[in-house]
Amino acid sequence: MENRLVVSASPHIAHKDSVKKIMFGVVISLLPAAVGGVYFFGAKAAWVIVLAILSAVITEALIEKLTKKPITIADGSAIVTGILLAFNVPPEVPWWIPVIGSAFAIAIGKVPFGGLGYNPMNPALLGRAFLLASWPSHMTIFKTAPKDGSLSGINLAAIKSYGLDAITSATPLNVFKTQRGILFEWHDVLKSGMENPALQAKADLANNAISQLSDSYANLFWGRVGGCVGETSVFLLLIGALYLIYKRYIGLRIPLTYIGTVAVLTWLFAGTEGLFSGDPLFHVLSGGLILGAFFMATDMVTSPVTPKGRIWFGVGCGVITVIIRLVGGYPEGVSYSILLMNLTVPLLDRYTKPKTFGKVEQK
Amino acid sequence: MSMMSEFSKGFYKENPVFKLVLGLCPTLAVSNSVQNAIGMGVAATFVLIMSNVIVSLIRKGVPKKIRIPIYIVVIATFVTIVDLVMAGFAPALHKSLGIFVPLIVVNCIILGRAEAFAGKNPVFYSFLDGLGMGLGFTFALTIISIVRELLGNGSLWGVPLMPPSFEPVLLLILPPGAFLTLGLFLGFFNWLDAKRDA
Repeated sequence: MENRLVVSASPHIAHKDSVKKIMFGVVISLLPAAVGGVYFFGAKAAWVIVLAILSAVITEALIEKLTKKPITIADGSAIVTGILLAFNVPPEVPWWIPVIGSAFAIAIGKVPFGGLGYNPMNPALLGRAFLLASWPSHMTIFKTAPKDGSLSGINLAAIKSYGLDAITSATPLNVFKTQRGILFEWHDVLKSGMENPALQAKADLANNAISQLSDSYANLFWGRVGGCVGETSVFLLLIGALYLIYKRYIGLRIPLTYIGTVAVLTWLFAGTEGLFSGDPLFHVLSGGLILGAFFMATDMVTSPVTPKGRIWFGVGCGVITVIIRLVGGYPEGVSYSILLMNLTVPLLDRYTKPKTFGKVEQK
Repeated sequence: MSMMSEFSKGFYKENPVFKLVLGLCPTLAVSNSVQNAIGMGVAATFVLIMSNVIVSLIRKGVPKKIRIPIYIVVIATFVTIVDLVMAGFAPALHKSLGIFVPLIVVNCIILGRAEAFAGKNPVFYSFLDGLGMGLGFTFALTIISIVRELLGNGSLWGVPLMPPSFEPVLLLILPPGAFLTLGLFLGFFNWLDAKRDA
């Protein structure tokens, strides 16, 4: 009898799905993108995914065994962490990168706080942040061109015709960032009235490159661009996201406000010709935005529970992502923006608490 | 009150970093190499001993209301001595510790010992307290810096120790590495205590 009375902290949501069922639902939703990653980048992407999952599960089991706690690997959350971590590293990293990343995600990001449900930040993203800060050379170099595509997402024929071979060793956002920098430099030179033919030639190339990027929507959508294992194919990620939405495992507030904020802000500020000259579609389709918005910002543990809180959470993620993409040191800011917003969740929940039913403000 | 316990409490039972969680600013900032850690530890220990002795000597003549400014002046005097001596005889260390040498003035371990111990106790006990606390601080900095330098830079005391194929965990010599290492040590020592008390 006693076991049937559950005493737990809010939110008290009655739902027939168990944690296990939801976690395996998330695994299923990630499968299309995983298969896509292996298709585009080859067998090494499969190795990255397998190693990351194994490392996450083994780390969790090992720590729980050593500390004599119940072993919770059967709930599937470590598998999800492993897959998400693998999705966030470049396909050609050495074997120990996903292994250490997953181990860090579980051993520092999850278990010490009390395990699933208590971690303040998304463990997979924490693992990625750790890897990026520790081994930047492995985490920022993309060498594998996707099947039938180029690293930068620019069509192969166009690259040849513009003589742009020099910029093929970068992801679309990398190209965007460097070329935009060159254009700003060139605008300064134009304003000062000085002559600089070398820079002018570079600026022409940069203009070409940026317009080519804007013409590469199809490549970005299908995933024929360079990038991390699971982030490139918007199409395959959306299939998984639709499944999660259909199953009602994730809501639409966070992803839509997140993506919407990025679109509006990049349209406003991302252009090189002043306000409203940016290319929002390019920014929404490139980098890890779709993966982050649908699969990581919506993590049940680390996102707000209140409807209003979720909207603010999505807007905050979008603002930070755009700031990092446009003025920060890294070409992509999805992982840091979600991690930073994870930390604001308790405050967001507190300040967006819905009005208690039947409560009237005292006059 | 035994002399031995006044001296030894700073090592473990009341270790300023791991037990009192004081003086975290230098602990986090200069524990990225063993050389820095020991340099900072020795400098702080000297200031701690001298300020404890002087504060204890003048404790009867110090008006209660202005004791803090007086302690600060005493501490600042010794920090200036350390600063100038280090700049003269160990310029490389002085340069790598940078702003954290003058900042010893506001190290809360030193003011904390002056306020909590030296202002109320005889000179010799204050000397022992300062020495014990200083060594405890140095010990804490050193073990944190061993982990950080070995894994973050592949070396100890500047001497490369790891095989050439080892790729250092850069994060550990960056600021987040300081927080992580300190946090794990704090957790470890709390776990040890909990296990012993159980």
